[in-house]
Amino acid sequence: MATVAQNTATLAHVEEHEHHEPHSFWRKYIFSEDHKTIAKQYLISGIFWSVVGISLSVMFRLQLGFPDMKLSFLRPILGSWIDETGKLDPDFYLALVTMHGTIMVFFVLTAGLSGTFSNFLIPLQVGARDMASGFLNMLSYWFFFLASVVMFVSLFFETGPAAGGWVVYPPLSALPQAHKGSEAGMTYWLVSMALFIVSQLLGGINYITTVINLRTRGMSFSKLPLTVWAFFLTAVLGLISFPVLLSAALLLIFDRSFGTSFYLSEIFIGGEALPNVGGSPILFQHLFWFLGHPEVYIVLLPALGMTSEIIATNARKPIFGYRAMIASMMGIAFLAFIVWAHHMFVTGMNPFLGSIFMFLTLIIAVPSAVKAFNYITTLWRGNIRFTPAMLFSIGLVSFFISGGLTGLILGNSALDIQLHDTYFVVAHFHLVMGAASAFGLLAGVYHWFPKMFGRMMNDKLGYIHFWLTFIGIYLVFFPMHYIGIAGFPRRYYAFTSYDFTKHIFSDMNSFISVAAIFTFAAQWIFVWNFVYSIFKGRKAPQNPWKSNTLEWTAPINPGHGNWPGEIPAVYRWPYDYSKPGAKDDFIPQNVPYSQTPESNLPHENELIPLEKEIEAQNLNDQFKQPH
Amino acid sequence: MAATVTTETVPSDSAQAFDKKTWMGGVEPMNASYGKLMMWFFLISDTFTFSALLVTYGLIRFSYPAWDPAIYGEVFKFSNIYWPVPEKVYNAVPFLHGVDAPLVFVGIMTFILIFSSVTMVLAVEAGHRMDRADVEKYMLWTILGGLTFLGSQAWEWSHFIHGTEQGTVIRELVAGQWVERTIFGANLVENQYGPPAFADLFFFITGFHGTHVFSGVVLNILIFYRAATGLYDRRGHYEMVEKVGLYWHFVDLVWVFVFTFFYLV
Repeated sequence: MATVAQNTATLAHVEEHEHHEPHSFWRKYIFSEDHKTIAKQYLISGIFWSVVGISLSVMFRLQLGFPDMKLSFLRPILGSWIDETGKLDPDFYLALVTMHGTIMVFFVLTAGLSGTFSNFLIPLQVGARDMASGFLNMLSYWFFFLASVVMFVSLFFETGPAAGGWVVYPPLSALPQAHKGSEAGMTYWLVSMALFIVSQLLGGINYITTVINLRTRGMSFSKLPLTVWAFFLTAVLGLISFPVLLSAALLLIFDRSFGTSFYLSEIFIGGEALPNVGGSPILFQHLFWFLGHPEVYIVLLPALGMTSEIIATNARKPIFGYRAMIASMMGIAFLAFIVWAHHMFVTGMNPFLGSIFMFLTLIIAVPSAVKAFNYITTLWRGNIRFTPAMLFSIGLVSFFISGGLTGLILGNSALDIQLHDTYFVVAHFHLVMGAASAFGLLAGVYHWFPKMFGRMMNDKLGYIHFWLTFIGIYLVFFPMHYIGIAGFPRRYYAFTSYDFTKHIFSDMNSFISVAAIFTFAAQWIFVWNFVYSIFKGRKAPQNPWKSNTLEWTAPINPGHGNWPGEIPAVYRWPYDYSKPGAKDDFIPQNVPYSQTPESNLPHENELIPLEKEIEAQNLNDQFKQPH
Repeated sequence: MAATVTTETVPSDSAQAFDKKTWMGGVEPMNASYGKLMMWFFLISDTFTFSALLVTYGLIRFSYPAWDPAIYGEVFKFSNIYWPVPEKVYNAVPFLHGVDAPLVFVGIMTFILIFSSVTMVLAVEAGHRMDRADVEKYMLWTILGGLTFLGSQAWEWSHFIHGTEQGTVIRELVAGQWVERTIFGANLVENQYGPPAFADLFFFITGFHGTHVFSGVVLNILIFYRAATGLYDRRGHYEMVEKVGLYWHFVDLVWVFVFTFFYLV
């Protein structure tokens, strides 16, 4: 424990650190190069976007659940998108679902989740002063901010924002004359996404190089917390898949604005033939889903990584199958790139090719099941502490399993042809990647809030928030499976005008809408708790969860450079919880084996001579190297 | 940069001991500074950008038939029914009007670009020797090579846009009537050499590559300026030359693929 004690002792001189030249307000809070500030910027932007994104979904749920409802009360927000009779404009309905998808997938669960926690946790958990390049990190946030502004502005166009679905398939998205939502809104969508991809690229290369180059002494890859492994693999996925979306988007921009025919061929619109020949809209789908599928794991992996950490900490047990967890994440990351065409079974694909993609898709069930079983076996006979973060992590495991099971159904091309583009798909991916990743995000906020703001969030409000959200999400998405099996297609404005949908399930649709509004309302408990706790929360102790990872050895409010004095060295893996013989039920990573003879296993005693070598190693201190 | 620092600060005997523990943390495991790693990962990312474009090229190209003398006649003519033969499209050389010189000009362009990679290697090597004068010299040659390539590409584009003297007669259905029309050169909408998609892809992909070359030249000029003003001498190493060199070689390598797909096959 000596090392920990030493770190607490040096707390006092945090303000005297050599790199603490005073920064102006702008450099400290706005154009900051400090990873912790950038993480908070991402988090607050993410929370803002999630409020916008979920509000949009509540609006279209009102339309779906209560098709006869007068929506005039929304006129102050939606203006003339609500017509004189109080009905929602059908074009704007499509814009709502499109923007809900785009915002939630990219701006909340990609930028808000991995932007926040990769930035915050990578340097703190690998033992680095900051990201490899603080400047590129700052650029990454501001590119994201610019993308956000462009996307936000597009919401207010007279012709509305993009409305071709978040997948923006051409020819609909390529032809401005095809649809209101394919006009200026679509142009802004593409510009915004191009900026977003630049931001992801700058962030990604930073995360990867930081993990490879800036690990502290002794922090081998086999001692990295699973969070860092997850962020690392997520960054690799983004680095490889986002550029393909960039190419696809650039080609689409040319088709839209400069008369090329990459995705267009032989189209009649309004009875008039277009001159475009030679392109293929299916080509866009291939390029899009080469990003789109890995994107699912870009969203989910960070949440799984954080869950591993939170479950092990709060079950007071080592994570079950540390190496199996890493291997399964690598397996998922690899498979993510070779399954994209399972989104395209109904595009007229050769059934043999479809069966190959089906086979590869179903293999993903193996590493996913490994992860699910490892979470459960970690919990098994654990000394579980139900903190709000722990509850959300367990909730994630629940969603991951119940949403993942329907993935097995949808991965079968024969079944997918029936269920394609129905509410069954909507229910599936909202549970497995939407709700699961959102729970990862929330768990992360509850767990690392003390490190971010030096204060605790209110536990009671956290419990209420958890139960309302957990129950609410199942109430929304469980019935949705039945609607999907009944054949209700997604993205339809109303089901009242079709014979087969006129008389059935309207009560269930109303029920889902009520549950959605209820769940949305519950989120304000979180928002209030978050904002209130930043300013008025109980002061946090240094290691509130009695956790092993390095960030808890840093001061309660880490300054620029994270650790005053030397960066701690690392001697053991991060999951020494409830080790037999140890005097505490946790042994942080920076405690050498030579200090814990009572709990060492035989092979760990053999590692004691190595400790001197670790200490003799270079400090790898960015601040001490020439810039 | 930091790689050199590592070997300086670690005593040599323990440096030996750590040869086998490169991934233990505390060192740069691949002996590359973070900046160099970032460049490598950026290049991996950019590889996928270009791969997506070249896959697009392949998909659209093979949706068209190739020119087959047995079907379309013994003498090759431009037509928007089949994909053109590259030697017939790219056969002009500046100042040699009317001379049929298939792929000569693009061959010269390619040679110049590849040669500029050689001078880049020499600049990097001079940087290792801390020889400022040589770095300046070879960077200038590299910049000159890059600018020549861009100029040649501008000429190539201009020729492609203006077309041949005779043009190509195409038949198209306008308002239910078959109309014959002569078109000259190519733009993003119509193309005298073949299907419009051929010109679309040519402009997009060579343009995208040209933009990369242009950014490379800008970076090279920046590096030249900073080397010439002695910044790297004061810093004690010329690693920036190496990093930009990586980018420059990558851009060359991409050209090899673009050249193969558009001009050779």
